[in-house]
Amino acid sequence: MTKYIIRRILLFIPVLIGVIFTVFLLVRIIPGGPFDFVGDKSLPPQVVANLEEKYHINDPIWKQFIDYLWDLISKGDLGPSFKYRGRTVNEIIKETLPISFQLGLLSMILAIIIGIPTGIIAALKQNSVFDYSSTFIAVVFRSIPNMALGPLLIWLIALKLGWLPVARWGALPPFFLGFIPKINADFFKHAMLPTFALGTAYSAGISRLTRGSLLQVIREDYIRTARAKGLSERMVIVGHALKNGLIPVITYIGPIFAAVLTGTFIVEHIFGIPGMGKHFIKSIGNRDYAVIQGVTLVYSITLVVANLLVDITYAWLDPRIRYA
Amino acid sequence: MAIEETKTLVLTKRKERSPAQAAFRQLLKNKFAVGGGILIILIISVALFADNSLIALITKQEIKPLIAPYHFAKTSFVDNNAPPGGKFLFGADYLGRDLLSRTIYGARVSLSMALVASMVSIVVGIAYGLISGYFGGLIDNVMMRIVDYLYCFPFIIFVILMQVVFKAFSRRGQATGLMGILIKANSQMGGMLFLFIAIGLINWIDMARIARGQVLSYKEKEFVEAARAVGSSDIRIIFRHILPNIIGPCIIRETLTIPAYIFYEAFLSFIGLGVNPPTPSWGIMISEGVQGLRSYPFQTFVPGIALTITTLAFNFLGDGLRDAFDPRLRGE
Repeated sequence: MTKYIIRRILLFIPVLIGVIFTVFLLVRIIPGGPFDFVGDKSLPPQVVANLEEKYHINDPIWKQFIDYLWDLISKGDLGPSFKYRGRTVNEIIKETLPISFQLGLLSMILAIIIGIPTGIIAALKQNSVFDYSSTFIAVVFRSIPNMALGPLLIWLIALKLGWLPVARWGALPPFFLGFIPKINADFFKHAMLPTFALGTAYSAGISRLTRGSLLQVIREDYIRTARAKGLSERMVIVGHALKNGLIPVITYIGPIFAAVLTGTFIVEHIFGIPGMGKHFIKSIGNRDYAVIQGVTLVYSITLVVANLLVDITYAWLDPRIRYA
Repeated sequence: MAIEETKTLVLTKRKERSPAQAAFRQLLKNKFAVGGGILIILIISVALFADNSLIALITKQEIKPLIAPYHFAKTSFVDNNAPPGGKFLFGADYLGRDLLSRTIYGARVSLSMALVASMVSIVVGIAYGLISGYFGGLIDNVMMRIVDYLYCFPFIIFVILMQVVFKAFSRRGQATGLMGILIKANSQMGGMLFLFIAIGLINWIDMARIARGQVLSYKEKEFVEAARAVGSSDIRIIFRHILPNIIGPCIIRETLTIPAYIFYEAFLSFIGLGVNPPTPSWGIMISEGVQGLRSYPFQTFVPGIALTITTLAFNFLGDGLRDAFDPRLRGE
């Protein structure tokens, strides 16, 4: 196991540097510096030269990359924002990341608490009405994109029925430990609709996966053995079948994590949540390359680390993976 | 003579069905899959005949809307935000453009994305997987390490960055050489070319892995061994014996991915990195509609419903295909 983890981490370092380098390079080859225009007026060349000097944009690219990497590793510094004068990318991320994190986590929890139980029931009552209707509902849920579901929820529940607030996020920084908000009724009221908009599609995926994998496990010999030795049905399912049946669900969490991150772009934009996704879309519009670079880097690192953790968990649960 | 007769009798009596035919029958029994397939054909024909550009290729007449009531970019400032009914069946957007027409034209963008992305994935992915799996050894090792490496890259982030770069280049619009040609073609296609390139650069990785796995399982089969024994060349074995066997499962896998491509296109257009306005895309229409959700909800719902129905149809058909042709994949 240790050997496996070491091998994975060794593979992970070049990937991470590759990600940083790709992001860095792509942002640098964009034609035109960030200071070509202020508003609609172009700046005098003297001023542009001074600004570029200040932000070290006219150094050779390899030197810029090494400086950037060094700042990143030694200080965790992502540089200054090009458009918001006097604000660093770090400040922007520190303010917005926890909100996106809360939204993402809540939707994952929602997806799991809807998906796993419905999947289990559908598998245990295979070919029942519940099984068929949950299959149908799952396809429908999977097909409604969050950019269609979000506005529908706002219009129906917030605007027409007036049950929940239309937009915004119930908790704002400072957060406990940087991420955990003060949890109160207001927080949940605001979080409910965006969480549903983001989580439903993945609950369908988890439900299908749970059902399929459980159906496979139930036919295994060791389940028959467990039944034969007289264990109660509950013990067979909870103690034996679920233990192996839920392993594939873990591999699904990795891709979901990626999808939830991109989902937050849209859901935050629609619900006016001041998270990192909303800021990212704004920075694309503003052509604030420093922020684009910083935010994509944070996203990429999160994804790469999440995938690593998923793989390690998977290998830990299923020894066959480790020796493959 | 008598033997011949009995032979034909036996042959006509026993209806032989190939596995593909049996699977196809299974597919036709699945009502949802058939419904999805019919819906997809309908959507494709609406998209193709939104205007008469296909007919105009032959008759050289002026291009004008055919199924769509108006051209997608035709604005009418007296009718901005017009409600559904009357002149505009599904209402008009904030510039007075007909929502129905824009939705119909928007199907073109979504479907082209689905088509091109899956073609790239199938062609590049299968070619890569075939070479890697068939030749094995060092080639396989190197090619698969490259795939492993690319696999760790967050796909959508990479696409977003590529689009940021492409958009910046085409905004400048004064590049020379290859980039210049690409930019020109891209603006003629309403910004779709760069979208295809950005997604096509990386979306074949999954398919390469699947194809390689399939090749490995067929490579050791007796009929391949036999072909090799009679002296078939590698090229012949690959194209005559292995490819026909692996292409079916690969295409079925790809059908399951099509909704994801449609989502990607809508997503990128939504955040302003997709097609160029005024080319209509469902993603752009939703992002424009959301601004006025309180007063004009139909502006969001019309493209939203179109997007949902299209992905629903592809999901039903894809699930049906998978269940019929490759039941082992069920539950994934």
